Amino acid sequence: MNDAEVQYAVEVVNLSKHFDDVAAVDQVDLKINKGEIFALLGGSGCGKTTLLRMLAGFEKPSLGDIKINGVSVLNSPPYQRPVNMMFQSYALFPHMTVEQNIAFGLKQDKLPAAQIVARVTEVLGLVQMEKFRSRKPAQLSGGQQQRVALARSLAKKPALLLLDEPMGALDKKLRMQMQLELANIIESVGVTCVMVTHDQEEAMTMADRIAIMDQGRIMQVGQPREIYEFPNSKLTAEFIGSINLFKAVVTGGELTCAELPGQVVAGEANAVFEGPCYVALRPEKIRLDAARNLDATNCAAGKVNDIAYLGSHNVIHVRLDAGAGQGKIVQVHVSNFARHATQTFDFEQPVVLSWDRDAVVLIKADQP
Amino acid sequence: MKITRYLLLAGLVFLYFPLLVLVIYSFNESRLVTIWTEFSVKWYLELLEDRQLMDAFFLSLQIACSTAFMSVLLGTIAAYVLVKLGRFPGQTLFSSMIIAPLVMPEVITGLSLLLLFVGLGNWLGWPASRGAMTIWIAHVTFSVAFVTIVITSRLREMDSSLEEAAMDLGATPLKVFFVITLPLISPALISGWLLAFTLSLDDLVIASFVSGPGSSTLPMVIYSSVRLGVSPKINALATIFVGLILVGSFVFWWSMQRWARYSAAKTPGQQ
Repeated sequence: MNDAEVQYAVEVVNLSKHFDDVAAVDQVDLKINKGEIFALLGGSGCGKTTLLRMLAGFEKPSLGDIKINGVSVLNSPPYQRPVNMMFQSYALFPHMTVEQNIAFGLKQDKLPAAQIVARVTEVLGLVQMEKFRSRKPAQLSGGQQQRVALARSLAKKPALLLLDEPMGALDKKLRMQMQLELANIIESVGVTCVMVTHDQEEAMTMADRIAIMDQGRIMQVGQPREIYEFPNSKLTAEFIGSINLFKAVVTGGELTCAELPGQVVAGEANAVFEGPCYVALRPEKIRLDAARNLDATNCAAGKVNDIAYLGSHNVIHVRLDAGAGQGKIVQVHVSNFARHATQTFDFEQPVVLSWDRDAVVLIKADQP
Repeated sequence: MKITRYLLLAGLVFLYFPLLVLVIYSFNESRLVTIWTEFSVKWYLELLEDRQLMDAFFLSLQIACSTAFMSVLLGTIAAYVLVKLGRFPGQTLFSSMIIAPLVMPEVITGLSLLLLFVGLGNWLGWPASRGAMTIWIAHVTFSVAFVTIVITSRLREMDSSLEEAAMDLGATPLKVFFVITLPLISPALISGWLLAFTLSLDDLVIASFVSGPGSSTLPMVIYSSVRLGVSPKINALATIFVGLILVGSFVFWWSMQRWARYSAAKTPGQQ
């Protein structure tokens, strides 16, 4: 009977945290599976860090409950929770060597010395830092410090690993490399992991599932693909990647879009609802052709307004022609297949936009 | 370029020439401090024979050491409470009370402490008489202010996630304080100790108010003997002090250098 309850590594139940009168975290419910990498994604001040600190035990929730492996940890101080955290600044103890840093947590458990040494060697091997065990943190580069910080937070085999902006202190190039490496290490250990980030690429690269947070609330939870392809609100659609939004309305099952000419037909994957909504189109899912005859559905004419060459793809801004949605700018990504492009576009060139019905995402408008 | 060199030299001479003269004349044979006759160490030997000066010297040393330890202890507690425990009722009052002795004229501090000790003696019978104990209490009172400020600033600039990390790894708050916080603020503890030591050794005004018969500190003895004419013994004593201070500050500087090597400058590691 208990099996159903304990299948989640972490359960957050109706959790709120108020600072004075402001709700930093507002009635959050989350269930995190065992062995999953879960990302809390949001802008600054969205409450993601407060939520993480409540999981670690550094903040006391105003309301709600946190269960780890089915047991409430609400009344345990940080030093008694089966949770370890990798801090944004890494927080390596500057007066201890790499080895002493990693052994610190194990010593608190009063393990026998031989066992500590064995475990330290094991996790150092995991992050490939065996050679640096007697260095001081200040003698390591940023990437090396991060590995040590990860090793230290894995040493105690926590039930839950927390990562606070894990790439925050690294430069861009190193970030890409460490994202995959970190995710691989965490997956190989099999530890459940909750990470906080403001970088959508980082969340999508590393996490199995993502929760988008805004103003202390969770807006959407899902796999990176789900969130990208099927955003459930204007906010998540705009937060992840870029997107073109057109105001529309569904009445009696009929979709009418005032900001696009012609008829817009959406694929079956969209939810069925009534009322005001948005037609959302990802820029890379729109085809761009030189002037041709318009189709009856999912098609619009316009002129090239702006072109940005980004190497891997071009970002082209198209200004819609007269009719519905006149003057509206639509962003289109055209990928760079060949070195000698067969089709190039010029400023003010007339073009035709078209898209598949499956590319259309309908997002219910929250406020009228 | 050239002129700044000369200015620097002039400044150094202005600061240190008197000290140099003092050191040189401590090896003077003559009993007149201003006239050089020949080299001798006889004033050093006489100094050792002078019971009054030597007693005062050791009393001062004793008071300075115990003042330094007590001030660092109280100063650390006060700084920790001010920085780490968040806001509490009366925090502003507490922090201004702690640093008040910094801006208080010494004469007033001394007089008020004297009145306190006399009043306490009459009322409770303690302290029965004034002496080393009352000087120590007085010195701790004003040294704590300096020490607290030194330690407070060090605690403020310390990354608080270090303490959180230690707690996260299973250390109780008390253990975190002794294993993480204390080692990381130890440079401030050392400089606070030295500051309190120097302040106490140096103090003449407050000690004059709260000392009693038979407990004259070194500055008091020197001051009263100078009024009767400067003895070359004082020069010898001062030379010993200058030597001790030089050695002390060199050791301090050297240990700070070593500390800075692994805490401040970040050197990227080699492959």
